[in-house]
Amino acid sequence: MSAVVTVTGTDRKGVIAEVSGFLFRHNVNIEDVSQTILGDQFAMVMMVDVSGIGTEFSALAKGLDELGKEIGMNIRLQHGEIFDAMHNV
Amino acid sequence: MFNTNQVLETVEMVEKEHLDIRTVTLGLSLLSCVRESARKTAQAVYDRVMQKGKDLVPTAEALSREYGIPIVNKRISVTPVSVLTAAFPEESPLVAYALDRAAKELGVDFLGGYSALVHKGTADYENIFLGTIPEVLSSTERICASVNVGSSRSGINIDAVRRMGEIVLETAKRTAERDGVGCAKLVVFCNAVEDNPFMAGAFHGIGEGDTVVNVGVSGPGVVHHALSFVPEADLTDAAEVIKRTAFKITRAGQLIAREAATRLGAKFGIVDLSLAPTPTRGDSVARILEELGLSTVGCHGTTAALAMLNDAVKKGGVMASSRVGGLSGAFIPVSEDIGMIEAAEAGNISIEKLEAMTCVCSVGLDMIAIPGDTPASTIAAMIADEAAIGMINSKTTAVRVIPAPGKKVGDSVSFGGLLGHAPVMPVHPGDASKFIGRGGLIPAPIHSFKN
Repeated sequence: MSAVVTVTGTDRKGVIAEVSGFLFRHNVNIEDVSQTILGDQFAMVMMVDVSGIGTEFSALAKGLDELGKEIGMNIRLQHGEIFDAMHNV
Repeated sequence: MFNTNQVLETVEMVEKEHLDIRTVTLGLSLLSCVRESARKTAQAVYDRVMQKGKDLVPTAEALSREYGIPIVNKRISVTPVSVLTAAFPEESPLVAYALDRAAKELGVDFLGGYSALVHKGTADYENIFLGTIPEVLSSTERICASVNVGSSRSGINIDAVRRMGEIVLETAKRTAERDGVGCAKLVVFCNAVEDNPFMAGAFHGIGEGDTVVNVGVSGPGVVHHALSFVPEADLTDAAEVIKRTAFKITRAGQLIAREAATRLGAKFGIVDLSLAPTPTRGDSVARILEELGLSTVGCHGTTAALAMLNDAVKKGGVMASSRVGGLSGAFIPVSEDIGMIEAAEAGNISIEKLEAMTCVCSVGLDMIAIPGDTPASTIAAMIADEAAIGMINSKTTAVRVIPAPGKKVGDSVSFGGLLGHAPVMPVHPGDASKFIGRGGLIPAPIHSFKN
């Protein structure tokens, strides 16, 4: 199942390492990554496959949210369907 | 597929522009709960609501987490209670208490359907039922009541309108210690719809299925934000921006509604395409109208701007959803919209202008505080005016005014939470008691004869 991880906030060292490490530990496959920095604002969007996770989707989302709080970033995990629905006819 | 910009746009809508699903409302038919006594009926009603509604709140919370869109309210609407208690109308409050208890235990914030449909005449049992509304609204926490007093097909039941003027006043008096908050849970309709997910006017119509999920989307902040990027656009282009934005918002609602229905084992009912404001800054319908070029909501031009907004929201929403319904349009509740509150406080908007605005949007005179000494006949006359607008224009209209006990123009009332706060607005001092006192039925308009 495809899902999207978004990471936004003030840029700091090690964000990509922290997030991708977390995803690796939870058996999430990263399929595509796009990352930009505007001024000091960091924004990263990851397309991921969550079929292999051993936990509930919402538990993984909660884990990422907690990681975000730890490292001072906003991290969201959402079903990909929501973006398809909102942006495609 | 979608791209990075679209992902970030959605995230920004949620984080900065207050995009949310305003309500997931589970509509339940309670017709099978009628028993030989009020006590047994109340028990059957409680059991059914508890059984059917047990997964509503956890399901909505899980959906919210998985899709990353807040679902603000989880609600239940039920068959009009007056129908369930027709054989023992004096004891209707027993059913209300059972419903209130179930709502609290399930964690739903409001349960709607303490309702009666009297648009063509008030039966004896309905007359008794109406008399129980003030008691129920003052002694329950989460029950909402609504009464339909007119329709384009049948005309306006002025006897019921007169009665509702008295009931609104009585409800305010019974909840005087909280500025008459009971009236915030009481709506008087013309052309009430059977699938409205929004409170306080939601009920589950007799023509509806057994268990239905209706979803109300929102997002005035998102529309406002989108318009702020096109300050020089002409109104054709501005309408297009609103339409496109409404499409996106509604698609989110449609997805959640379908998924919620599947998980709850219910039918997907409708998506209600409404822009519902909250008192939070950045979540205001009034501010959209001002973004279109008005110095303040309430000035000349407001009705035209609102007409355009309402129509564009519908056009974008209809394209986005397979089934639309409910009220679908822009809401203009005074106490629940920071732009409206500020305009009312500054004297920039009047009840007369609000009435004109209701001709072109989806609801009516909504969440307006008026002086506590307003006569019942004047409140009834306000209801009659709104019902006339609905009847002639074949649309839903409603009145939810709060005659704040002991308060006069210049004072303010505060209800807390989503119900907000508002200044007490002046009401025309003229007397309509003779007109309302005539009673009878205003006949249905000529264009109702379509058969």
